[in-house]
Amino acid sequence: MRTILLMAALVATPTLAQKPAAAPPAPHPGAIVYQNICQACHMANAMGGEGAGKIPALARNGALEAAAYPIMVVTGGKGAMPWFRGSLTDQQIADVITYVRSNFGNKYKDKVTAAMVAEQGVPAPRGGFRGE
Amino acid sequence: MNWAEVGPTRREVLRAIGMMAGTAVLYQAMEVLGHAKETQFAGPPNLQGARPGTKVVVLGAGLAGMLAAYELGKAGYQVQILEYNNRAGGRNWSLYGGDTYTELGGATQKIGFSSGNYLNPGPWRIPYHHRALLHYCKAFGVALEPFIQMNHQALVHTSKAFGGKPMRYRELSADWDGNVAELLSKAIDNRSLDSVLTKEDADRLRIALRDWGALDQDFKYSKYYRASRRRGFDRPQGGGVLGEPIPSEPYPFKDILDSGIWRIVSQHMNLDHQHSMFQPVGGMGMIGRGFAKQVEGKIRFNQKVTSISQQGGKVTVTHTDTGTGVVNTTEADFCVCTIPLSVLSQIDVDCAPELDTAIKAVPYSNSVKVGLEFKRRFWEEDEAIYGGISFTDREISMISYPSGRMHSDGPAVVLGAYTFGPASYKFAGMTPEERIKVALEQGSVFHPGRYKEEFIGGAAVAWSRVPFTLGCCAQWNEDTRKEHYQRLVAVDNRLVLAGEHASYVGCWMEGAILSSLDAITRLHKRALEA
Repeated sequence: MRTILLMAALVATPTLAQKPAAAPPAPHPGAIVYQNICQACHMANAMGGEGAGKIPALARNGALEAAAYPIMVVTGGKGAMPWFRGSLTDQQIADVITYVRSNFGNKYKDKVTAAMVAEQGVPAPRGGFRGE
Repeated sequence: MNWAEVGPTRREVLRAIGMMAGTAVLYQAMEVLGHAKETQFAGPPNLQGARPGTKVVVLGAGLAGMLAAYELGKAGYQVQILEYNNRAGGRNWSLYGGDTYTELGGATQKIGFSSGNYLNPGPWRIPYHHRALLHYCKAFGVALEPFIQMNHQALVHTSKAFGGKPMRYRELSADWDGNVAELLSKAIDNRSLDSVLTKEDADRLRIALRDWGALDQDFKYSKYYRASRRRGFDRPQGGGVLGEPIPSEPYPFKDILDSGIWRIVSQHMNLDHQHSMFQPVGGMGMIGRGFAKQVEGKIRFNQKVTSISQQGGKVTVTHTDTGTGVVNTTEADFCVCTIPLSVLSQIDVDCAPELDTAIKAVPYSNSVKVGLEFKRRFWEEDEAIYGGISFTDREISMISYPSGRMHSDGPAVVLGAYTFGPASYKFAGMTPEERIKVALEQGSVFHPGRYKEEFIGGAAVAWSRVPFTLGCCAQWNEDTRKEHYQRLVAVDNRLVLAGEHASYVGCWMEGAILSSLDAITRLHKRALEA
């Protein structure tokens, strides 16, 4: 199994140039991270899912009120969820948390910054990933 | 090196034994000295003498759970398995035509493959040295056939070389060896290796390089017969008037370097991917079916475990029937729990705090597999590719041609994507239809004009959305191994964990088997001491 170190490069890839006529507003940078990473589990509508275990809904989620909590979970992981410190930049982590906290029925106005992620985030584990 | 000081090498001792006695003696000696023993499997555990009436509840009817139930049942325990799915096998699983699969989020796929075709969403190949799994396949009547891992005729594609044109593995790997051999032989000519080689050894290496790299008489890797015997001829050998072959021109070394071919070559060198490899006839899921026959009547399906208690000198498992919603409890003297940590970490487990912490400390990896069915085996008929893997630097990472029913007519299924890293998240975030569409688009680079044109239908499994695992497999690292592994595998009062997550053969069926055998052996000992 390969590491996920390439992830930062992947989500940084610019989207295809739009036709000049349409020129829709540029998507929220956090939306790009969300679509490329988070919705693999939390779903496109952020409703999560439930089988033998549960993937929590991020939509209308009160646990997102204090930004420190999602910062801790995204940087450090939680249970089955891997940590993304080291595979996403602090800026990308800040963007996606800001995006989720202000979308999907969440109405937290305060912006999460890369500085906050740097200060409150869990460091990437020294051991890194080791797999197949 | 002074022979007298260090004594004979292991190889020299073996050679001596081999010359004096038969091969059997040599083999035994090799075992003692620690060679020829690729896995830790020393045969089935042969547990005996369970106290009459002792009950064991096994959580999960994957390979680890079913094997635990089988061996403990043989030892005299009363065994009951609780399984979340409506089928046995767990991650050992094949999707066939007629199957329906609903992933988390609700997307449902009705698999339309024709009879006998399948996608293995999880494990798909078995290394020859996974002796425990091979043992039980034989014991349980699971027929195996060769799995083609390396195929010289398969293709290698990268956007970074040859203008994005897929090239034959055979040509690239031959040119890699040939060029490296030529360069090294030049280094010897330039006396660059004088400090590390005697003159005599340098000469011997030079000759060896000519053989190994298929160099010509001038120690050049060039357009001539020997190199073409490896990379292929411009006009192949034939009969009669035009029988004489025309050699082919090797590619410039810069292109070979750009192709990154050594990464593909080294994949096949890995112990886990060396020939011989196997697959069950008819799909990987045949192993799960074979195991299930051995524990027939002992599996209770559609049971979602919600808590495990160890109070009152017994184990009490609470579980909900996913069909009826009825909550039940199952009591036993002991419990073998094979529920993946991704799920177990969300269940109320009554155990030592250290085990609880360990259960919650291991994240799960993700991967996506896509199966694509085509009208005919055009890779075989048109390109002489029989099994094996074509590699790409696109997100699908590879396509793999079926190793079963080769040279047959009719539709066949290609593994159209096996994603790693960030591509897995991206693909898992798509709908099944989108995954199939993108896989078809990306894979068409290998077989333009046929891939999209002869496509019938597909199936896609994203492991992060698989309801019974929420991920692929346990992702340990050195830190978490050090901190949590021993706690995770230790018997906790009346409970022991088993599965690939409780092994060092992570992500492989062999890990589940070895973990299970070790867990039940220790649990049996504990039960006799109780």
